[in-house]
Amino acid sequence: MPVTFAPGSIDELEKTVAWAIGEGAPLEIVGAGTKRGFGRPVEAAHVLDTTRLAGIGLYEPDELVMSAGAGTPLAVIEAELAERGQELAFDPADYGLILGDEAGRQTIGGVFAANLAGSKRLKNGAARDHLLGVQAVTGYGRIVKSGGRVMKNVTGYDLCKLMAGSYGTLAVLSHLTFKVLPRAESEATLLLAGDAAKLLHALRRSVGTAYDVSAAAYLPEAAAGRSTVQGVAGAARAAVRVEGAGPSVAYRRDRLKDLLVGDGLDAAAVADEDSRALWREIRDLRLLDSAAPVLWRLSVPPTRAGEMLEALGDAGETLFDWAGGLVWLAASGLEAAPPERVRGAVREDGHATLVKAPIEIRRTIEVMPPLSPGLLALNRRVKAGFDPKGVLNPGRLYGGV
Amino acid sequence: MPKPDAEVLRRRADLIDALRAIVPGEGVIVENAELRAYETDGLSVYRQVPLAVVLPETTAEVAEILKLCRRMGVKVVARGAGTGLSGGALPLEDGVVLGLSKFNRILDIDYENRAATVQPGVTNLGITRAVEHQGFYYAPDPSSQIACSIGGNIAENSGGVHCLKYGLTTNNVLGLEIVLPDGEILRLGGKHLDAAGYDLLGVMTGSEGLLGIVTEVTVRILQKPETARALLAGFSTVEQGGATVAAIIAAGVIPGGLEMMDRPAINAAEDFCHAGYPRDVEALLICELDGPAAEVDHLMGVVTGMARQHGATFLKESANDEERLKFWAGRKNAFPAAGRISPDYICMDGTIPRNQIAPVLRRMAELSDKHGLKVANVFHAGDGNLHPLILFDGNEPGQQARAEAFGADILKLCVEVGGVLTGEHGVGIEKRDLMPEMFNEDDLKQQQRLKCAFDPTQILNPGKVFPTLHRCAELGRMHVHKGRIPFPELERF
Ligand SMILES: Cc1cc2nc3c(=O)[nH]c(=O)nc-3n(C[C@H](O)[C@H](O)[C@H](O)COP(=O)(O)OP(=O)(O)OC[C@H]3O[C@@H](n4cnc5c(N)ncnc54)[C@H](O)[C@@H]3O)c2cc1C
Repeated sequence: MPVTFAPGSIDELEKTVAWAIGEGAPLEIVGAGTKRGFGRPVEAAHVLDTTRLAGIGLYEPDELVMSAGAGTPLAVIEAELAERGQELAFDPADYGLILGDEAGRQTIGGVFAANLAGSKRLKNGAARDHLLGVQAVTGYGRIVKSGGRVMKNVTGYDLCKLMAGSYGTLAVLSHLTFKVLPRAESEATLLLAGDAAKLLHALRRSVGTAYDVSAAAYLPEAAAGRSTVQGVAGAARAAVRVEGAGPSVAYRRDRLKDLLVGDGLDAAAVADEDSRALWREIRDLRLLDSAAPVLWRLSVPPTRAGEMLEALGDAGETLFDWAGGLVWLAASGLEAAPPERVRGAVREDGHATLVKAPIEIRRTIEVMPPLSPGLLALNRRVKAGFDPKGVLNPGRLYGGV
Repeated sequence: MPKPDAEVLRRRADLIDALRAIVPGEGVIVENAELRAYETDGLSVYRQVPLAVVLPETTAEVAEILKLCRRMGVKVVARGAGTGLSGGALPLEDGVVLGLSKFNRILDIDYENRAATVQPGVTNLGITRAVEHQGFYYAPDPSSQIACSIGGNIAENSGGVHCLKYGLTTNNVLGLEIVLPDGEILRLGGKHLDAAGYDLLGVMTGSEGLLGIVTEVTVRILQKPETARALLAGFSTVEQGGATVAAIIAAGVIPGGLEMMDRPAINAAEDFCHAGYPRDVEALLICELDGPAAEVDHLMGVVTGMARQHGATFLKESANDEERLKFWAGRKNAFPAAGRISPDYICMDGTIPRNQIAPVLRRMAELSDKHGLKVANVFHAGDGNLHPLILFDGNEPGQQARAEAFGADILKLCVEVGGVLTGEHGVGIEKRDLMPEMFNEDDLKQQQRLKCAFDPTQILNPGKVFPTLHRCAELGRMHVHKGRIPFPELERF
């Protein structure tokens, strides 16, 4: 009979994992479960639910640091930060809607376990760059900690990096300590219209300037058409975002405009609330068809964006973030965007993840980017070094990992 | 250090022949006089002549050397420029030093993707030099940047004065080529973001030469800010200086650099390079603000106001870039400057929460009395990373031991106030035995299991970082207590 365990303390968590090891009974680790539809289906009979490991422990706004239980809803954390004019600078995305769940439910543990970062990852780094310390229970059934609460720390291996993006396959995160940063007092987004290749080039030029562009995306006409922000629909757009103190934002927006406008490109701008709303739509993939059953996520060097558009533009709807380096492709089915076609386009210089697909498909094809044999073997050895009996989310990433 | 393996020492001649078959001629160093050049790194109180030094030029050679050493059970210590301050590159009597100095080429500069790919022996500053004619630079800037190698920076996850705003090495690396101890060559990441699989790029960074040899590095390059100006602010107490740092950060200002020095360090630096520092203050802040001119002007006003509010007795803004660099020259030369005022010094590297700066400095002064040794403080105040320089004379009997005991007390103090043993210099040999101050046995064993995934026979840099060496087979063992915890009791969770 499948059981759901919901430990309420690190000791209870440790006991649960020890039990699973003793019984040889693998556990599926879930927070709010919003990303269950992503990745390989886990081969586990029982569920370990982290939502009772919740609550903000330490929050020192002056020190730019917070720690919280893994099961704390991200929404709770973001609300607390907003009260003090702060934010998570890696801009965690909410894929609740696109993955067929609701928005606003995910936990902070899930955000870090999936290394989720949004549009501002371009400038501010990914979730992994903001994780300072973790406490977790490994597949040895032991509590371990790594890192700390200070900004700079090279004491021992950086297990925080390893935990970020490991999808609960190495250890169950119980508490996390992370960096928080002041929220910009204002922002502006330059909206460029024109030919696709020129727009993609403009994105790369914008991030190669000293104007501290925090996000840069290309919205094909279909994506732009879904935006609720005035002035976005009607044409393909490049969006370039700057944040900071008022005068600095205005100055940088104008310099970027001088630099990018001309040669067939036009520009308009949106500010503050409109700008934030647009970037939420881009980050959370609201500009793609959420009913599309298949969603691919490609990471490539930004200069290859045009090539991706050419190769895959007719396979479904696309959206380009991170100056063109992050490509989303929403397709009507796997026939339109089969792995050979998508991964064939990406080749070695980048990778492609099947983020969403019916479960039968995720069971049969590699959803995570295929690794070279040597790298896969090393990933397997790392997994075995943390979870030798394979009781934590077995098979979530790769067979045996 | 681990006891030298007599069998390996006995087979030295065979090893040298085999190394010469891989790297011909000058690339294998065996003469004692020449080996002495490699006997220590930046932590010169420890010295050990290695069995041999090998200087390969290609990744294939590195792979062959590792395979050979693994087969013969010979330990390998990687070495970049040898500027490390924790003894990471300290040789082993029964080990080979694998020097990366011939890996000194810039391989690819890709401005449009903002990435530079270089060999690990290229110096940190060498990367900036290669891209600055296009207005770009590589942000992490250790004070040793003229000399230290990017491979060493990866191994130590090095920082510098600009890391407060732009991140440490780990936040600026995009890709690596590494060679595992069994000779397997792997690529992690590249010019795209988010390497596939586990974040082994993140794990390699800061792994102190224990997991693999780095043979190629791709880093992020950035466009230089339009303007940068620095402010010197002097205070008559360290409390005031510390409080100003805390206030700046709390106000949400993230300066390009925010450094602090105490009186002994100020005076040593001023003697050494006449940076224009005031000599009659107890604490000096150097705060650099960068960005568009309008933003820098605005923030300069904010920061100056805060310094005044906290009782600054000296305020000076850099009038031009030359003066700004002069302000930094004093700070960046603090170590050699300390070398001028004392025959020997050791540099500590603990990190503490920023609001603990003043209390920790006060207690450090008490420790200085207790151990009878002077200390000069320079530090990356903006991120709470201290660099107390403990001054001593190694020729005076007992002084080195006292200096080390003083250093250990400082680091314990850092941990006690919520900080850590090392912010950017690494554990190496220096802080190895203090690891239990921060980690319990489970924590340390888990870290070593990660090591075993990369290096199951533990030939890479053994004796560093971990106070106790466990065999991988022993670490992998798990005691399973089947049914120890009854199922019904669990259901209540
Ligand atoms: C005057 C002075 C100032 C300094 N200032 C700073 C500072 O501001 N910030 C800072 O962070 N550090 C500073 N340091 C410390 C030091 O410069 C850094 O740790 C630097 O990164 C070491 O680089 P290196 O090439 O000299 O490495 P080494 O000393 O040669 O080696 C350091 C470690 O890296 C390993 N290693 C080297 N190359 C490789 C490779 N290719 N693959 C795998 N492992 C490798 C070695 O085994 C060793 O464990 C300073 C040192 C000095 C002497």
